[in-house]
Amino acid sequence: MRRLLAVMVALLAVHTALLFVRPSQATPAFEGEGLDVGVVFDVGGRGDKSFNDGAFLGAERAIRELGARVRYIEPGEGTDREAGLRLLAAEGMDLVIGVGFIFSDDLAQLSREYPDVRFAGIDYAPPVDAAGNMIPPPANLAALRFREEQGSFLVGALAALVGDSKKLGFIGGMDFPLIHKFEAGFRAGVQAVCADCQVIAQYAGVTPEAFRNPGRGQELALSQYQSGVNVIFHASGSTGLGVFEAARRRGKLAIGVDSDQQAEAPGFILTSMVKRVDEAVFSAVQSVRDGTFQGGIFQLGLAEQGVDYVYDDHNRALIPDSVRARVEALRAEIVAGRITVPFTR
Amino acid sequence: MSRSVPGSFAVAWLAPLIALLIAAVVGDILILSFGQSPGDVYRLLLEGTWGNAYGLGQVLYKATTLTFTGLAVALGLRAGLFNIGAEGQLAAGGFAAALAGLAVPATTPAFLAVPLCVVAAAMGGGIVGAVPGALKARFGASEVIVTIMLNFVVLALLNWLVAARLHVGESLHTPPINAGAVPRLADLAPAFHGSAANTTIVLAILTAAAVGWYLFRTRAGYDLRATGLQPDAAEYGGIRVGAVRFRALTLAGALAGLGGVNYVLGYKHYYEEGFASGSGFLGIAVALVGRNHPAGVPIAALLFATISQGGLAVNAIVPKQMVEVLTAVVIIAVAVTVPEVQRLAAAGRRVA
Repeated sequence: MRRLLAVMVALLAVHTALLFVRPSQATPAFEGEGLDVGVVFDVGGRGDKSFNDGAFLGAERAIRELGARVRYIEPGEGTDREAGLRLLAAEGMDLVIGVGFIFSDDLAQLSREYPDVRFAGIDYAPPVDAAGNMIPPPANLAALRFREEQGSFLVGALAALVGDSKKLGFIGGMDFPLIHKFEAGFRAGVQAVCADCQVIAQYAGVTPEAFRNPGRGQELALSQYQSGVNVIFHASGSTGLGVFEAARRRGKLAIGVDSDQQAEAPGFILTSMVKRVDEAVFSAVQSVRDGTFQGGIFQLGLAEQGVDYVYDDHNRALIPDSVRARVEALRAEIVAGRITVPFTR
Repeated sequence: MSRSVPGSFAVAWLAPLIALLIAAVVGDILILSFGQSPGDVYRLLLEGTWGNAYGLGQVLYKATTLTFTGLAVALGLRAGLFNIGAEGQLAAGGFAAALAGLAVPATTPAFLAVPLCVVAAAMGGGIVGAVPGALKARFGASEVIVTIMLNFVVLALLNWLVAARLHVGESLHTPPINAGAVPRLADLAPAFHGSAANTTIVLAILTAAAVGWYLFRTRAGYDLRATGLQPDAAEYGGIRVGAVRFRALTLAGALAGLGGVNYVLGYKHYYEEGFASGSGFLGIAVALVGRNHPAGVPIAALLFATISQGGLAVNAIVPKQMVEVLTAVVIIAVAVTVPEVQRLAAAGRRVA
């Protein structure tokens, strides 16, 4: 018994001593004037090489170029999403950003409770009331949505023009409306330049797990390449890594999504349909600094540079100038409103 | 501190205390390695949890779910069964509660709708628990394997049902329930405003008390504990071990399922894919630290809820992985100190 007490006293002494150690670089609490921004990522979101990391890049740029002070929160579980937003809102941040559609309900509620704080939601999906009608966001909430179908349209046209096959492939992650936008745009883009081309569209599953299943992605891609497809566009998170692996093995082409995925399989990535989450986050911070922040739903498409496809030194050799010109002409048509890209199947 | 129960006092109180101190020192070192001051971080952690009503509410909310999953694991362990299926049982309970709430008309009075949804939650979890129970009783199948694997089956099935059939709009949740919502603590005490804490906590306390009564005051509870301590002796003593095991795992499933009430009836009023993520597995730690005792489980649940909510409060200066490591250290420290303290306490008595 005495030894146990001795152990306890020793531990207590060490702990108490350590409490008073203060490393020189320890960050003090936030104080004073300045542009304070809070970002809440999704559970397990950081490191996704997709939109959570995109939001991080945008915020880091805001720190460098706008002198913003940014606090990041990574929730440990679902309940923490609301708690994280609330924590930041209660501290009186100038702008609080929720990254991912999953924050929609929480953002809608908190923006009402904290009318003096500005909120932004990436991929924000307006909640629906009991009757199924969309509830528009309040004036202090900017819903940043992307017209993924427009970017997908351009890579569809590109794929059909360089694919050298009447069959094009699409591999989606989870079979649900957000990903249907990519498929619908891709199909329309293919049809626009090749009326008798056919798109084989497959999904990795019906649950969020479908975004994290490279094995399934590779399986689907191999069977599509086998059936005569030469180019596959994926919108499937890390499942797409399997699609790239299949492209490498078969010597075919794949199209990346969200961010520039060229580095995942150099030489086999025709292009990537990029979603400029970094840009959206940066401009949201900028608008708060300039006092031009506005609530409402913002659809970021080709015209707003919210979506685009990659064309640079890495893939110039894969895309002939005539093809590039054709695709750019289509971009102009969409921006001018002469082509309306469908977003549902 | 009676001599007839050797070492029980030391083990019951000293071991967890020493384990906590070990965890605190490891936490100090971790915090220092991130270049922060342990004093600052712990102060911020306490301010964000027990320091204000909102933080406390969040702790109580998390502790409520963990009490149910902790009880689910503890009851299984008392019967000598390792229930690792609380994750799936909790999700199934929440889903069943939401289905019941969606099925009843909006005009249903609360005194009918709430019990209906609560019973549905218990049944949802109970059915998931009954499967490994039946397989164990009938074929002797390892409940560890079956409960682990059943998690995947149940979660995939529920995800599919929600994603393909029941979700609204671009979300991953069902429509809100028509009736059966229970009041939040903020409705009774406005200081709790904003926190998810709700009256399900009363159900959690009553359930813990009921489990205690069942285990230690009833014939069935005696059978259960006897089976857990020594199944062969229990069998010889006339206890139908198979039936007891089936009952234990079914009840454990029902207990975990009740945890779904906290989220569905008390917080969001819908079932959302992934709401239970992690709470089921953390229930194992809660049971371990709570010494598988219905009085210890809620206290352990409060401890882990505090670490979880505190982690969010300090997330701005230390990464969330610190909290995950700290949780693991508490579990390991308890696992190590309990037998060690038992040994030392016994040795001490021999010397004395």
